[in-house]
Amino acid sequence: MSANTHAVDAKTAWGGGGKAPFGMSYGKMMMWFFLVSDALTFAGFLASYGFMRHRFYDIWPSAENVFTHFPFMHGDHPLIYVALMTFILIMSSVTMVLAVEAGHRMDKKGVSFWMGMTIIGGLIFVGSQAWEWYHFIHGTEWGAIEMGVGNFTMPDGSVKQTSGLMARWANETKDILALPWKDLSGEYIKVSGTQVAEIVNNGKEVFGANMVRNEYGHPLFANFFFFITGFHGTHVFSGVVLNFIIFLNVLKGTYQKRGHYEMVEKVGLYWHFVDLVWVFVFTFFYLV
Amino acid sequence: MSTTHEEHSHHEQSFITKYVFSQDHKMIAKQFLITGFLMGFIGMMMSVLFRLQLGWPGESFPILTFLLGENWAPDGVLTPDKYLALVTIHGTIMVFFLLTAGLSGTFSNLLIPLQLGARDMASGFLNMLSYWFFFLSSIIMLISLGVEGGPASAGWTIYPPLSALPQAIPGSGLGMTLWLVSMAIFIVSSLLGSLNYIVTILNLRTKGMKMTRMPLTIWAFLITAILGVLTFPVLLSAALLLIFDRSFETSFYLSDIVVAGTALDFNGGSPILFEHLFWFLGHPEVYIVLLPSLGLTSEIISVNARKPIFGYRAMIGSMLTIAFISIIVWGHHMFVTGMNPFLGAVFTFTTLLVAIPSAVKVFNYLTTLWKGNIRFTPAMLFAVGLISTFISGGLTGLILGDSALDINVHDTYFVVGHFHIVMGLSAVFGMYAGAYHWFPKLFGRMMNHNLGKAHFWLTITSVYGVFLPMHFIGLAGVPRRYYSNSAFPLFDSFIDLNEIVSAFAILAAFAQVLFFINFVYSALRGPKATQNPWDSNTLEWTTPVEHIHGNWPGEIPAVHRWPYDYSKPGAASDFIPQTVPLSEYEKDEGH
Repeated sequence: MSANTHAVDAKTAWGGGGKAPFGMSYGKMMMWFFLVSDALTFAGFLASYGFMRHRFYDIWPSAENVFTHFPFMHGDHPLIYVALMTFILIMSSVTMVLAVEAGHRMDKKGVSFWMGMTIIGGLIFVGSQAWEWYHFIHGTEWGAIEMGVGNFTMPDGSVKQTSGLMARWANETKDILALPWKDLSGEYIKVSGTQVAEIVNNGKEVFGANMVRNEYGHPLFANFFFFITGFHGTHVFSGVVLNFIIFLNVLKGTYQKRGHYEMVEKVGLYWHFVDLVWVFVFTFFYLV
Repeated sequence: MSTTHEEHSHHEQSFITKYVFSQDHKMIAKQFLITGFLMGFIGMMMSVLFRLQLGWPGESFPILTFLLGENWAPDGVLTPDKYLALVTIHGTIMVFFLLTAGLSGTFSNLLIPLQLGARDMASGFLNMLSYWFFFLSSIIMLISLGVEGGPASAGWTIYPPLSALPQAIPGSGLGMTLWLVSMAIFIVSSLLGSLNYIVTILNLRTKGMKMTRMPLTIWAFLITAILGVLTFPVLLSAALLLIFDRSFETSFYLSDIVVAGTALDFNGGSPILFEHLFWFLGHPEVYIVLLPSLGLTSEIISVNARKPIFGYRAMIGSMLTIAFISIIVWGHHMFVTGMNPFLGAVFTFTTLLVAIPSAVKVFNYLTTLWKGNIRFTPAMLFAVGLISTFISGGLTGLILGDSALDINVHDTYFVVGHFHIVMGLSAVFGMYAGAYHWFPKLFGRMMNHNLGKAHFWLTITSVYGVFLPMHFIGLAGVPRRYYSNSAFPLFDSFIDLNEIVSAFAILAAFAQVLFFINFVYSALRGPKATQNPWDSNTLEWTTPVEHIHGNWPGEIPAVHRWPYDYSKPGAASDFIPQTVPLSEYEKDEGH
C-alpha cells in the first residue's frame, strides 16, 4: 500500500504504535507469504515429477534428444532454444530490478522504461514457450514406433517387457531403432535388422505428443512437461498482466502522486519468484 | 491512510455493507461462526443417519426415506452408495468446513485485532473475500448432495482411482467434480484468511505488545496460519493433478486399469503419489484443526483457574515443535501401502516425537489447574473436557504411530475412535469453549450457564459412549467404512455394541440442540454482558460491549505486561489487565 517507512508510519498512527518486523509494510509481507505458499505448490509438482522420473529412470527420455529445434535453423541444436528463453527471462528480472531502483529515486521515466522492458521480456518468454509447445506437440517428421505388448530380447540377451514403450528411429533411412532403455554409458540401445522389422510389424506409428502418448518416450514425460511448464507459463502470463496494470498506473503517475513506488516492488517480488521457479523447472526438466 | 480510515468509521453503513459484505472483522467472525456451526450441524446429522444403518443394519427407518428421499433410502434403508456418500461428506464438512474455516475463521478474526490492539485486520477486503469464498465453497459442497449419482463417495481422502475415474462409482461423476471445485475455492479462502492473520499479527500489534506478550490464543492462530500457508498449496497440487487425470487423460495417478472389460489408456501413474501429496497436507491439517482449540483453551484455563498459565514460553515452544514435526510425519497414514520398512521406522520415530510437545502442553494445563480457584463456567468445563479427550485420544495415537502395531488395526474402527477423540472432539470442545467464553464479546449478551453445563455433561458422556467402544470393535478387526458387517459371522458379537454406539450418537446429537437453543435465545434475549464479565486481563475486554468500527472509541491502549497476571501476590485485585503499567518492584522482575 505504501513504501516501507510510509506504510508503517501510517498504520502506526492509526494502529497505536506497534513495530513491524524488518520495517516492512503488511502488503509486502503478505506477498512474501503468498510466494512461500505458491513455492510449495510448485514443490508438490516437482516432487511428483522426481518421484515418477525415478520410478521409470531407465526409460525416461533425455531432454537433449527431445528439444533440438531452433527457429529458422536446421539440424540438431539440443537445448539451445530453451537456454535462450531462460536467458531472456532472467534478463527480464534484471530490468525489473532496475525499475524498482528507479522507483526508489522517484524517477518516473526510468520506472516506466524498465517496466516496459520487463513486460517485453515476459511476452517473448511466453511466446517462445508457445513455439516450444507447438514443436513438442507436432513432433518429428520420422515419428516413433509404439512397441506391441510382450517381451523383447535385448541385444545383450536380457528380456524386457515392452507394453506401450516408444522406440525411436535413429537415422533418416529408418533402419536403426533406438530403444527406450539405456545402456550403462547412458546411450540408448540401438537395434537393426530383423528385430526392427519385428517391432515395426507389432507396433504402431506415433507422431508428436499428447496427454495419452508421445513419440519421445514415457507418457508421463509429456504429462509432466505440459503440466509443469503450463502451470509456470500461466504464472508468467499473469505476471505480465500484473506488470502491465502497474505499468499503466506508472504512466498515469499514480505512484508519483502517492510518493512511493512500493506497488512496483511488490509485483517485482512476484516476477522474481516466477523467474526463480523457472530456474528450477529448467534445471530439473531440461538439464538433469 | 490514517485519515481515510477515520472517515470510514464515521460512515453510515448500509444493511449490505454492515451485515452482508462487511469488512469488519467482528462481523466476519460472526459470519464464520454461524456458517461453520450450520455446516457442522449438517455434518452431525449425517453421522446420525449412517449410524442408524450401522447400529441396526438393514432395518427400516421411515424417517430416512422422509429426510433423504426414495433415491437415497428406499423403504427406509440407506443404500450402500449413499452410505458411502454420507460418510465422505460428513468427514469433509467436519474437517474442513467446521473445524478449519469455522474454527480459525471465527476466532482468528475475532481475537487477533481485539487481543493485539488493532483497529481491524490488515486487509478488510481480503478478509471479506475469504469469508465469501468459504461461503461459496460451502454452497457448492451442499449442492453436490443433490446431483445425479450423488456426491463424492470415495471417502474424505478421495484416493484415486475412485476419485480419478468418473465411471468408477456413482459418486465419482459430477459429485466428485463439485467436491474438487468446492475444495479449490476453499483453499483460496483459507489462503486469503491465513495471509491476513499472519501479517496482522506481525505488523499491527499495539504499542508494547511484544511477541512474548501476546496471549497464547494469538500464538496458536499465528502458527496455525503459517502451517496452513505451507501445506494447503500441496493439497492444491494434488487436486490439480487429479483434475488433469479426470479430464485430460493424463496418467499421474492411474496405471493399467481395466473397467468393464476394457483396458483404459493410462500408463505408469501411481495412486501412492496422491497419498503422499494428500497426507503432506492431511497430517498438518490435524494440527490446523487442533492448535486454535489448544490456544483458546490455554486462555480460558488461565482465566478461570485465576492463575498464570504454567510455562508460557514452553507452551509457545511446544506449539512450534508440534507444527514443525507435523510436516514430517505424513507417512504414518501409509504404513500399509507397501512402504519400505526402514522408511516406516523413520516415520514411526518422527510420529512418536509428537508425544513430547503434546505432553508438555498437557502437563502445563494440569499444573495451571493445580490448586487454582477454579470457576466452572461452561467454557471452563469444555476446556477441561479438551484436556480429557486430548489425553485419552493421544494415548491411542502411540499405538497407531508405531508401524508394527498400526498394521494390525489399520483401517479399523480403532482408527475412527482415535482420531474422533483426539482431533474431532478436542477441536470441537475447544470451539465450544471459545464460543461460550467469547459469546459476550461476539453478541454483547451472556449465555445461560445451566443450559451450558447440561450441554457439556450430556455431550462428554455421549461422545465417550460413541468413541470408546469403537476401540474394542476395531481391535477385533472390524473395518471402517463398511456398509454392513453382517456378511462376516465373526463380527456378529459386536452388533450389541454397535447399537449402543448408535444410541449414544443420537443422544449426542440431541445434546447439541441444547447449545443451539441457548445460542439463539441468548443472542437475542440473553442478559446484557458487562464489559469484562470474566475478570480477564486481555485487551478485547477493554473495548465497548456494543461493537464499533475501529474497536476502541479513542486511542488504542498500550500494553505494559504479559496477559497472565492472575492472583499476583500483593496486588489489590486478582487480575491485572495488560494495560496497567508495571509497578516499581515489578520492573525488577523483568517482564
